[in-house]
Parts: sequence; structure tokens; C-alpha cells
Amino acid sequence: MTDSLDQIFVTLKHWLLAQLAIVVPGSLLPVASVLLSLVPILVVFPTLFALTTVLERKGLGRIQNRYGPNRVGPFGFLQFAADGIKALIKEDLVPRAADKVVHFLAPVALVVPALLVYAVLPIGRNMAAIDLDAGLLFFFAVGAASELAVFMAGWSSRNKYALLGAMRAVAQMVSYEIPLILSTVTVVMMAGTLSPVKIVEAQGTYGGWLPDWFVFTPWGFAGFILFLIAANAEANRSPFDMPEGESEIIAGYFIEYSGFKFALFFLAEYLSLFAVCGLGITLFLGGWHAPLAGLEFVPSWFWFFAKLLALIVLFIWTRGTLPRLRVDQLMNFAWKFMLPLALINLLTAAVWHYMPSGLPRWIVCTFMVVGPYLLLGRGLLAGKNISKRVYRYAD
Amino acid sequence: MLGEGIIKGMAETARNFLGSYVSDERLTTVQYPEERLPMPENARQFPFLVFDGNDPMAGLRCVGCQICEKECPPKCIYIVKSKDKRLDYKRQMQLYPATFDIDLSVCMSCQICVEVCPFEAIKMDTEFELSTTDRFGGLMVNKQQLAKPNEHYRKIHPTDAAVSDAALAVEVAKAQAKAKADAEAKAKAAVIATPVVTQPVAAT
Repeated sequence: MTDSLDQIFVTLKHWLLAQLAIVVPGSLLPVASVLLSLVPILVVFPTLFALTTVLERKGLGRIQNRYGPNRVGPFGFLQFAADGIKALIKEDLVPRAADKVVHFLAPVALVVPALLVYAVLPIGRNMAAIDLDAGLLFFFAVGAASELAVFMAGWSSRNKYALLGAMRAVAQMVSYEIPLILSTVTVVMMAGTLSPVKIVEAQGTYGGWLPDWFVFTPWGFAGFILFLIAANAEANRSPFDMPEGESEIIAGYFIEYSGFKFALFFLAEYLSLFAVCGLGITLFLGGWHAPLAGLEFVPSWFWFFAKLLALIVLFIWTRGTLPRLRVDQLMNFAWKFMLPLALINLLTAAVWHYMPSGLPRWIVCTFMVVGPYLLLGRGLLAGKNISKRVYRYAD
Repeated sequence: MLGEGIIKGMAETARNFLGSYVSDERLTTVQYPEERLPMPENARQFPFLVFDGNDPMAGLRCVGCQICEKECPPKCIYIVKSKDKRLDYKRQMQLYPATFDIDLSVCMSCQICVEVCPFEAIKMDTEFELSTTDRFGGLMVNKQQLAKPNEHYRKIHPTDAAVSDAALAVEVAKAQAKAKADAEAKAKAAVIATPVVTQPVAAT
């Protein structure tokens, strides 16, 4: 019973394929199989995007002591439908000086890689669209294409704010790609594979009262935190949202977009956020594995989406808390703080691998994580006068 | 320590998030069309014309003096004087406004028309839901729509209305005393002019 519920979508796909085999010629069956794997991804994640926009607005509202959307539908949960209709019926403006082809292609070029990366994410047991041996590599290679799309949007708009935003975005995404990938390299080292499916399988055992997830090791914890920060910056979300920076450069690279193209930018932003969250779950949080051995009767895909929602809530929470950084602060943070820590973390993972398991390994590795963090933090803060700002006239 | 401030900030926002579900004091939003805050007494939005009695057009205090029209900074008032005269609230023959229009889209709610009116005839209303589907005719408010009874004024601005009523009572009393004095003087003059009449006309 539990197994059939766990594999319900896999069984459903096989059954549908068997039905199709009657009417479709055999040469077309692989295509049908691919389509049957893709359509759920194309339906589920944009739906999740729609729900997340409402949840985010409601959550941010509560954080700021207000209601948030509560008019459309029960508790405002149909707000996304109203927003979607609005985006569809709005006039689609293209600036006269814009490079029309590139201007049109940019949002598409942003959404496509955001959707492509889901192909390698294992959403549940036996539920990865493709089990690529170099899945992780594919994820980062395709994910990096979004930088091109962002710059296409900024360049083709012929707008100085758009160009500024695009330049900031490219600088930021290139800078944070390095700690992002370095923090995942530890996992690759420990699991010995680039395949997300195998990485999840490597975390499937339960030792003591904690599952063997990579986040519950010193190097894994440090890697997870670095990964989260870099993922936040990759997704251009607050506090790393200077490419958009409403108060300085209005909306950055998508300033000249309106109507549904504008909505596509948001769709792509959230899709890449979910994808990178899903990757974080796959690498550090045990993928679709249940947190306790006794909870394994709950379907694996449920655990994946539960963890995904938890990470999304964390991202919304940080967005509601932290103010936007300055460009120089952002770059300093990436190159002077996150890059050294990510490199040291590689060493920590190696030490963890070669020391015999036991308490000494824990002590040494914890020291290797906490020590550089404290020292680097103190070093970067030294000579800086960080105190409460005094206003001469406003108070 | 690095990162301490972030933890503190996250705790603060979490407190806000959870607190907004349990404490009404945190959630200060008034959901406007369903919930309303009571209006402060000095609220003002758009002028109206005060009338006495039951007939709005006959009881208008306005005498069409056009002071408000001239003083209005954005020039949103348009008045046409009447050709004939009628009795005003002081029982004196006065002109009245044949046309009195205010352009709602131009009015800036400054209350200068109220300050300059010597007849307590124009006052500020508190009604603020004035939107209309007709942006030409609907925004030009005419005499019939502007006329509102003095009771309405007493209801929305009780303090100001008391002052206004007292000032009017003084005016009316003064006018009546003057009328009486005039009548007496006229009677006296009549007595001097015609000594044949032995008994003077009784003043009312």
C-alpha cells in the first residue's frame, strides 16, 4: 500500500505508456515517454510559483504587521489568477529604440533554462526525469545560461537603468557561481558521483537519531549555509537584489518589459529559486528521504515538496528581514568571505573523509569550520566602525 | 560576532509574523469599505450650501454675492445672480443664486469659500466618497445637489454649527431691532408730517 502510493506517479506513467503503445507506433514511444515526464514538471512548478507568490505576499505582509492580499478567493489565495489575467490583458510595450528580436527572446531564454534544470532533480524515488551521470554539471551549465538571458534583456532594452541592472546581475551571478559550485563540490567529493540520484541514495541511511544527511556533518552544514547564501544571490532575491533595486535603478534589467513578458521574468526568477532549492535538498537535505526512519511510509515525493516549502519559507523570511546590500558590500562578501570559506570547506571535507569516524573527527572538523568563520568575520569587521547610525536632524 | 545581527533580525520578523496573528494592536490595518474609522470633527472634503426650512431652493442662505467665486483659489465656483429678489432669512429682500456650480475635479478643499462667506451660507461637508462614472457632468455639482439642511451641518460639525447658529441669531436679532427702529422712526415721522392723526401706529 505505502509502496504503491510512493510510486503512484511512476505507475501512472507506465500505465499511460502501455495504453499509448496500442495507438502510437513504437518509434514514437520514447518521445511520448519524455513528454509524460515533462508535462508534470511544466504543470507542478509553475503552479507552485503561483501559490508561492500569494504565500510570499501574505507572509511579508504579516512580517510587516499587515494583512497582505485577502480579497480574491478564500483568504486571497486566488490572487495569482487575478494577477495572471492582468498580466495577460496588459499592453505589451516594446521601446522604439529596443533591439526587438533580442527584447522578445530574453524572457523566453530566461524561462527555458530555469525549466530545463528540473530534468535532473530527483523529486521522489525513481522520479527524476533523466538520471544523468553528470546531472550536477548539467544543472550548473544550464543554470548559467540565465546570465546570458538577463544581459540580453538589459542590453536590448536600450535603457541605462536596464543596462546597469544587467551589468550588476551578471557581475553578481558570476561572482556567486563560484562559492555555489565550490560548496557543492564537497558533496561530490564525499558521494563520489555527479548524479543527483546517486547523491540522494548516499544519504538514505539512518545512523542514531539523525538521518545520514550531509547537512548533519560539519562540512555539510557549512556547505549548506554557503550554498543557501549563494543560491539566494543566484536567484537575485533580497538581500541580494541590486540587479532589480527598485529604489535605485527602478527595476533593473526588466524595466522595459510589460504585460506577460514581465510576468515571465518573475516566473523564471521563482522557477530558478525552486530549482536551486531542490538542488540544495538533493545535495544536503537527503533529497526525498524521510527525516526519521519511522516516517518512511509517507510517500517520498511528499518529503521532497515539504522540504522545498520549508526552504521557500526560509527564503521569504530572509527577504522580509534583511535590507538590500550595496554593490561593493556584495562583491566583498562573495570574494573575501564566501570564497575562502568554501575553499577551506573543501579541506574540511577531505579531513572528514580521511579521519576514522568518531568523536575526534567531529571535533577537528567543527574547529575547521567555526575557526575560519570567526577569524574571517573578525578580520573583515576590524577597522570598521559599525554602530547605530546617528541622525543629526531627523531625531 | 559576524551574523549575530541577522539572527536578531530574523527573530524580530518572526515575532512580528506570529504576533500579527494573536495581537490586534500589531495589525493596525483598517479594511476600509467594510470597516471605517470615525471621522474627526474637523474633517472637510467638499463645500455644500446650507438651507433653512423644508424647501431646499427657497431656503438657501446664499444671496449670490459672488465673494466665494472671486476668492476661490482654483476658480471652481460658478455663480449667476438672479434677476429678481426674494426675502432672505433676515426677512430682507435679497438676490439669490440662479446658478451655483462647483467643479468637483477642480476644488482643492481649502475652505476659503467658507471663511469668506458673510452669510454662513456655504460650509464644508465630510462626505468623501464622491467618485462618479461620468467624468464631465458627474463632476459638476449644481445648486440642487449642493443644498443640504442646517440640521446636516449641526450633525457633522456640532461645535462649528453652534457658533454659526449663534452668529446668525445675533444677525437676525439685530435685523429685527433695526426693522423695529425703522418702523418706529417712520411712524414718528408720519406723526410729525400729519399732526391730524392723534394716535401713532403701533409698532409690531
